[in-house]
Amino acid sequence: MKLKSIRPAFVSFVLRYRVPFAILLGVLLVAYPWIVRNPYLLRVATNVGIAIILASSLNIIIGFSGLFSLGHAAFYGIGAYTSALLATRLGVPFWLGFPAAGIVAGLFGTFIGFATLRLRAVFLAFTTLGFGEITRIVILNWRDFTRGPLGIAGIPVPRLFGWSFTREANYYLILLLCAAVILFVYRIYHSRLGRALIAIREDETAARSMGINVFGYKILAFTIACTIAGLAGSFFAHFQRYVSADSFVADESFRIITMVALGGTGSITGPIVGAMILELFPEVFGFLAGYRQVIYGAVLITVIVLKPGGIVGVKGVFEKPRATRRSWIAQALLPRFNGGTR
Amino acid sequence: MRLLEVQDLVVYYGHINALKGISLSLSEGHFVTLIGANGAGKTTLLNTITGGVQATSGSVLFREEPILNERSDLIVRKGIAHVPEGRKVFPELTVEENLRVGAYSIPQKKKVAELLALNFDLFPRLAERRRQEGGTLSGGEQQMLAIARALMSDPEVLLLDEPSLGLAPLLVEKIFEFIVQVNKLGKSILLVEQNANLALHVASYGYVLETGRVVKEGPAADLLRDDAVRKAYLGIA
Repeated sequence: MKLKSIRPAFVSFVLRYRVPFAILLGVLLVAYPWIVRNPYLLRVATNVGIAIILASSLNIIIGFSGLFSLGHAAFYGIGAYTSALLATRLGVPFWLGFPAAGIVAGLFGTFIGFATLRLRAVFLAFTTLGFGEITRIVILNWRDFTRGPLGIAGIPVPRLFGWSFTREANYYLILLLCAAVILFVYRIYHSRLGRALIAIREDETAARSMGINVFGYKILAFTIACTIAGLAGSFFAHFQRYVSADSFVADESFRIITMVALGGTGSITGPIVGAMILELFPEVFGFLAGYRQVIYGAVLITVIVLKPGGIVGVKGVFEKPRATRRSWIAQALLPRFNGGTR
Repeated sequence: MRLLEVQDLVVYYGHINALKGISLSLSEGHFVTLIGANGAGKTTLLNTITGGVQATSGSVLFREEPILNERSDLIVRKGIAHVPEGRKVFPELTVEENLRVGAYSIPQKKKVAELLALNFDLFPRLAERRRQEGGTLSGGEQQMLAIARALMSDPEVLLLDEPSLGLAPLLVEKIFEFIVQVNKLGKSILLVEQNANLALHVASYGYVLETGRVVKEGPAADLLRDDAVRKAYLGIA
């Protein structure tokens, strides 16, 4: 109750001053490398950026379309390996490897989508979970191609006009990518495509009878999200300069899901907040590392039971205010007392 | 001209024979109603026409073109809109967004704006609530929204499934007034209804469905005078 009475005041405060807030935030983000002057904190911030991109892209699948992917890390990994292999074997520069990573991950997404999206939502969940495992096993065992458990080392950092990217430059690059992805997701949400996806999430039958090609749009949404994950993977490979299958296991998929659920599915700001919290948590509570999965599981269950809208709620602070709304998870779990009769 | 023609339509749900060879037709600008008790197959018929249910045999022609077992979204684009049973408005989308989703098959922004204005003219109540979420509307308003949403695809035929469901009698009359108005705009209407009395008063032609078969058809005025229909559906001995 307490939280409820504080929140509207806070939200309206932020909404009223959102332009100055946004400018302040922008300045802080740009000035961050000079404020901290610390390579470790810069690396943490860059990792947060990657997490935000991953969570925001998964949100298109989970939050907007009401589908469930348990293998987002696989598409992230496919992007990373595509870019890493192109760079180390063929000497392809980051600027070409980056889009290639997105395209390859997107194609895999389209393929998985075609195979499963005609069926009920659970099948996508199972298939993506399996696909994640397959991807990991293939990476580990296809030694000639992926160097197996050794991973790929010596991936060059991005270069521009003969100048190699420094830590700071990498930070600005991910900042730019983050901003672009968030803007893109925001534009999708408020577009015809976004409305179609939300209509599909809320009532597939009704959406179909509105002339929406449900199957086609599900594939489109899934492909877009996988493409973005692939792009994030490419950046990760060139930033980390080393990739191995360990970074793209099912654990990582569940971490991204927890980010989305914790922050708030279906909102734009939710996954950003969730990604920041979950990315920073191990940095602060490093001694709990052994219990990570337990903690993620507990967080996931707690959020779904107690606050299905996540921290931000289904609508974030930077979005148009709307009347009361409940999350799709709450709708699935609780009998509906308003809304259309079923 | 025959706009919509259903011939010998047979539908099975597993082993259950829901429709046992139904034929009916709807001409341009006409208002036809389909009455019958629960389980007669009324909703199944509408769902089959719009591609939600697969038929075993028979045919559905729209402007003499076969549309049976086509994909729903393609059928909508041809000009048949379906207001599903139980309204099914999108609860988390606003009234205006619900309407815009209804216009999904129309790519021209200008046309959508025109249709939006037209529907807000037709349903002033929806205009007042355009920023409110669908789920927060009253039952009657949701039904209006469902009808308006269907009209947003600028259809030639409107299929209405039980619009009186769960509404107070006064509201039901109001909704029916709207439906008559929509018909006067030139839209052909196929109305499925349990409230036979009201349906036969607004429609010009009627079909009586019983366990998957058309047992009687005729001008609505004749059906209202028919002894068997009066006894079974109007509660008048």
